[in-house]
Amino acid sequence: MAKVLLIAEHDGTSLNPNTGKCIACASSIAGAEIDVAVFAEFAGDIAAQAAELESVSRVLKSENAAYRGGLAAILAPQIVAMAGDYDYVLGPSTTFGKDIMPRVAALLGVNQVSDVMSVEGERTFKRPIYAGSAVVTVEAPAGVTVVGTIRTASYRAVGTGNSAAVESVDLSADVPDHTRYVGSETGKSDRPDLQSAARVVAGGRALGSEENFDLIFKLADKLEAGVGASRAAVDAGYVPNEMQVGQTGRIIAPDLYIAIGISGAIQHVTGIKDAGTIVAINKDEEAPIFEIADIGLVGDLFNVVPELTEALD
Amino acid sequence: MEKILVGLKRVVDYNVRVRVKGDGSGVETEGVKMSINPFDEIALEEALRIKERGEASEVIVVSIGSGDAQQQLRTGLAMGADRAILVETATALDPLSNARAFLEIVKRENPELVILGKQAIDNDNAQTGQMLAALWGRPQATFASKLEFSGDSVRVTREVDAGLDVIEVDLPAVVTADLRLNEPRYVKLPDIMKAKKKPLDQVPVAELSLPESPAIAETAFEPPAARERGIMVDDVAGLVGALKDKGLL
Repeated sequence: MAKVLLIAEHDGTSLNPNTGKCIACASSIAGAEIDVAVFAEFAGDIAAQAAELESVSRVLKSENAAYRGGLAAILAPQIVAMAGDYDYVLGPSTTFGKDIMPRVAALLGVNQVSDVMSVEGERTFKRPIYAGSAVVTVEAPAGVTVVGTIRTASYRAVGTGNSAAVESVDLSADVPDHTRYVGSETGKSDRPDLQSAARVVAGGRALGSEENFDLIFKLADKLEAGVGASRAAVDAGYVPNEMQVGQTGRIIAPDLYIAIGISGAIQHVTGIKDAGTIVAINKDEEAPIFEIADIGLVGDLFNVVPELTEALD
Repeated sequence: MEKILVGLKRVVDYNVRVRVKGDGSGVETEGVKMSINPFDEIALEEALRIKERGEASEVIVVSIGSGDAQQQLRTGLAMGADRAILVETATALDPLSNARAFLEIVKRENPELVILGKQAIDNDNAQTGQMLAALWGRPQATFASKLEFSGDSVRVTREVDAGLDVIEVDLPAVVTADLRLNEPRYVKLPDIMKAKKKPLDQVPVAELSLPESPAIAETAFEPPAARERGIMVDDVAGLVGALKDKGLL
């Protein structure tokens, strides 16, 4: 039996959909018995959502007002206090998991396996390096807890319909006061969330300005798609960083990805290569994006995109 | 603030297209251009700006790596760092050992602030900063895009998946730099000459008596699964048709 503790990500009220993908990864470990940990100010609803996910044995909830904002310095010691009997402590490879899990690993005296894309054996995993230019097989040493983050784009979420037991856990780790949550500015919009959207339309530097990025938003609205951007477009200030797709931004796997005015540098491609269908629209027929696109269209985006938006009426 | 420590890692340059060796034993790094990890450059730029605003007195750049990493430290000195420390190791350390080595330097120097890049673009591990903060028992502010100091604390805006988070941490603390924290300066030729005279201490890693680390073994390397090149369409009508054929519209 392999005891797995999975740290659930949430926004204070709802479970993040990446949790189902993390469970899919965890259940590919032979003999996995999966407990999901929910740390929240009010954990009830979140824990109930986690309990519905297939393959979950138990949901462990710990409530404390200090958990608001999900601060690593506060959560990591609590996770360590819970980790005792587990063979694996896992989290999503999102900004939440990337922040917390290495702190957990260090407190446990181990290294972390970052961005697990497949489980190859009891302690053997594959993960991407060099912006996905290479895939390395890694083996965690025997006799220590395996701490890892999961590249959620590599997995399809498990189904629901389970009713796992939910248990409250009292933890005794100190809550440090040297780190304080102040607040969040989330770019709330009615558009589907980039990370979980079935369709994503993304723009690159070729858009030329923040105003022109409107073309991307209009097409996305027509397709009910999330909106992404290349690092170049973020660097140029056209859109905020949370829209960045690629090595240093989001790693996503929508059913349909439409790359507009994006050349297709490896750092960007690594963020989309698990997408179902990739469409590329670019005026440079030599652009590397066409080498990985399922459907390519060479043309000026300022003509093609409005025409496409209209054609979808 | 007296001191800021900045980590500089020597990595394969951002623009190099990395290839897996034919025998799967690693990636080809022979003869390729090496640079400062781009996020570390941003970390250093931020430290220099803090110093130039009069909020810190000294900026020290630290690298853990082979003797060749002196090149990147010299570049850091040319950018404006006051001195450099190279923890010299013939073989690359795992993230936990890097954090432990960094902690030893932190104990010697007692900085109020340590700034590292949020990840190195070679192994993409994104672990060292968080591990250092854990071992040091101090706050961490990862993926920082803005720092505002007041007294003994710093308010940090963090780039997270949902947008921006703002947290406040007491000093000393570890910050990891994200892309939009700043735009690093270019190094000027006279500064490169001046940097040659700045102190660069070499510390053999053995001197730090690091505990043995449960390193994660890298057993095989392979190129990523390739996506096949698909079809080209001539116009919007062709695109819409192709999407319909795939059941996507």
